[in-house]
Amino acid sequence: MLPETLQTGIAQALPVHSPRRSRGLFRGRSGAWVTGLSVLVSLLALLPIAFVIGVSWQIGWAQIEALVWRPRVGELLVNTVLLVVLTLPLCVVLGIALAWLTERSNLPGRRAWSLLAVAPLAVPAFVHSYSWVSLVPSIHGLPAGVLVSVIAYFPFLYLPLAATLRRLDPAIEDVAESLGLKPWAVFWRVVLPQLRLAICGGALLVGLHLLAEYGLYAMIRFDTFTTAIFDQFKSTFNGPAANMLAAVLALCCLAMLASESAARGQARYARVGSGSAREQRIVRLSRRTTALALCLQGVTCLLALGIPLLTLGKWLIAGGREVWQFSELLPALEQTFLLGIAGALLTTCAAVPIAWLSIRAPGRLQRVLESCNYITSSLPGIVVALALVTVAIHFARPIYQTTLTVLLAYLLMFLPRALVSLRAGIAQAPVELEHMARSLGRSPGHALWLITLRLAAPAAAAGAALVFLAITNELTATLLLAPNGTRTLATGFWAMTSEIDYAAAAPYALIMILLSLPLTGLLYHQSKRTAGR
Amino acid sequence: MNALELHGICKSFGSQRALTDIHLSVPTGSRTVIVGPSGSGKTTLLRMIAGFEFSDAGRLTLDGQVLADATQAVPAHRRQIGYVPQDGALFPHMTVADNIGFGLPAKGKSRHDRIAELMDSVALDANMARRWPHELSGGQQQRVALARALAQQPRLMLLDEPFSALDTGLRSAMRKMVARLLSQAGITALLVTHDQSEALSFADQLAVMRQGRLVQSGHPMDMYQYPVDEQTALFLGDAVVMPARIKAGWAECELGLIETNSPANHDTARIMLRPEQVHLSTTVATGCRGVVTEREFGGNTCTLTVVLDARGDQAGRTILVRSSGLQAPAAGSVVHLSTTGRAHVLNG
Repeated sequence: MLPETLQTGIAQALPVHSPRRSRGLFRGRSGAWVTGLSVLVSLLALLPIAFVIGVSWQIGWAQIEALVWRPRVGELLVNTVLLVVLTLPLCVVLGIALAWLTERSNLPGRRAWSLLAVAPLAVPAFVHSYSWVSLVPSIHGLPAGVLVSVIAYFPFLYLPLAATLRRLDPAIEDVAESLGLKPWAVFWRVVLPQLRLAICGGALLVGLHLLAEYGLYAMIRFDTFTTAIFDQFKSTFNGPAANMLAAVLALCCLAMLASESAARGQARYARVGSGSAREQRIVRLSRRTTALALCLQGVTCLLALGIPLLTLGKWLIAGGREVWQFSELLPALEQTFLLGIAGALLTTCAAVPIAWLSIRAPGRLQRVLESCNYITSSLPGIVVALALVTVAIHFARPIYQTTLTVLLAYLLMFLPRALVSLRAGIAQAPVELEHMARSLGRSPGHALWLITLRLAAPAAAAGAALVFLAITNELTATLLLAPNGTRTLATGFWAMTSEIDYAAAAPYALIMILLSLPLTGLLYHQSKRTAGR
Repeated sequence: MNALELHGICKSFGSQRALTDIHLSVPTGSRTVIVGPSGSGKTTLLRMIAGFEFSDAGRLTLDGQVLADATQAVPAHRRQIGYVPQDGALFPHMTVADNIGFGLPAKGKSRHDRIAELMDSVALDANMARRWPHELSGGQQQRVALARALAQQPRLMLLDEPFSALDTGLRSAMRKMVARLLSQAGITALLVTHDQSEALSFADQLAVMRQGRLVQSGHPMDMYQYPVDEQTALFLGDAVVMPARIKAGWAECELGLIETNSPANHDTARIMLRPEQVHLSTTVATGCRGVVTEREFGGNTCTLTVVLDARGDQAGRTILVRSSGLQAPAAGSVVHLSTTGRAHVLNG
């Protein structure tokens, strides 16, 4: 789920060629083929939604009432709602403060602080909570949940906020000031409203993570829907109780999507007028504010990066050479790589037809197909996993407990990552170039291969890399779906921490962080590029 | 002999009609220009000839070979029709040499020589061969696009507003070069533009399009002098249009008696003169009297607005007159107007 909002922003900034001119390409069989394939992928993406509706239908209203209207569900709902309601505002405030300081003030070393504010993303959420639990074993419940969630997820708000602050037109603030507004009022009445899209998008991303995350909350013994579904599944397997909880969780996610799109509103936030905007004005901080700001940056950085790194370092030193069990680490690394590469290839290939349609022949059908994939990818991994388990057991027994099911789950969860990149790539290869190649005597297929795919290749590779990195850190669906004996880095780490062998878990965490660093770097780089620098 | 023939071409996009019943013949070796305001369907027509779009009805033949009709269509890559789009559309991942050689066989010793020869013909320096498209100026890009299209020795060359992205000076130089190259190679060309002066200067044959219809086609000078209707007249240049009574080949109008090209008698006709057919004099008091109300200085020529004297209860007509820039009378001067050549009687 992580980089779509940012990437969508980038994709939207790219020129998309007019649909009118591209219809010729989609005349006849090739068009039907591409459409057919996209419909197929999107139908697959609808599987989790179909599962939710299907199980509700099968269970029947009476039993749904019995399963849903009970104190346990109420308790989970209260926990989840409290978690969201407490975490989101904290993340928003922290994100705005840090973004403003690094983008609009003369804070010493603000480039470095900006990088450090993104860096926590390289640490998987469950590694964050692992480091807290092993540091303060008594930490648990709602306060712990809120603390670790804010620390693990605030960069999702920081990134879009910093990017937006950087590209706001300073002339608007100049005008507001010339109309007699004090600096604080300018921020409140002019700047903040323009951050609305960034806040909505970032908050949605964080919210969906809060609903979907399993490892983080399981580790600090805080019950949310996801952890409850997981426990339920472990104890009663594919029972109606787990399925109904999953249905409620899916509804929560859809409600969150809907409220985000309502909160976006209709107002226009793009800059009106032509020409490029001037440089941002940098506010000079007084000495006292500088000290306070450095304090805030320092504490955030200490909590979000210092604690995980210190804890990891502590365990690695304490464990010494013994924790590096290469006979276990290397197979885990190998399996992670194999799953990651297979999943990335499958997902990227599946994204090709839809990405293609969305650039070459955009229309209502294509928009519907695309949104199917987005909605599914915003559902928690556990819902996707339960859907696949149910479908596999009832309709496709041979694929149950095989790698194929795991790969399908990855496909459903991470398709938009590949899609967004690929779409941007294909948009960079305008259809005119393909036409040119054809008028120079190349057949349509050959022209496609020589021109469009060659031009889109780097973007496709970037998309595949994003999917790969997401898979290396995926825990929930892999735990539920992987065939017996599968051990990836994430599940290996999980197995170790479940045995409270924190030292043995440390090498797994370290490798995961190292693997995630390129992705974090990429996100940081992309957010700079969106801002036109 | 005609190279390209269009017969009753129709095309709709959804409910919107883009082209209606287009008929056009392009003689072998000639340069035909399709001119029309933006949105008139001229680019659609060009793309259809190239094979990127397909008509709903009608027939398209090139050198006697049917390229498209109601049942079949030759795909673009088998048509051997060169295409130069507005922005050049160079392949961004290939060098200049690779772009030009794209349509040539991939191997062979002659490839290199042919590329060098093509670059020379479009006046590109040989050391540009290793450059990338983004390192070229707009004019250079356009020349590479032209060389690339020439490489496959096309049976027909299509040019879609190829000069519109260039600045004025470069534009006419490019236009001359393209015209020379095409006639040297004996390639039939079809150019699309919305710029009427470009159309008039480039064309052997001119075709005017409006709202998806081909309104008129013919020799540019004929089209300029004898446009089919007032709209076409105004599209191809400034015009003086006024009511007149036609009698025995002479038009009786506010400028006096003018010879026309139409023998038919008509009481309520409309005639058209080009501003350069109207001459004005401040010294000789013959012809129709008027007063200069506005003077727009334009360097070599000056465009004057003249209000003719009132006739009875009718207010005087306002007409545009050209005058040499340095001798143009000032606003407020009394002038006398006379005409040369024939007036064109407009239809309808």
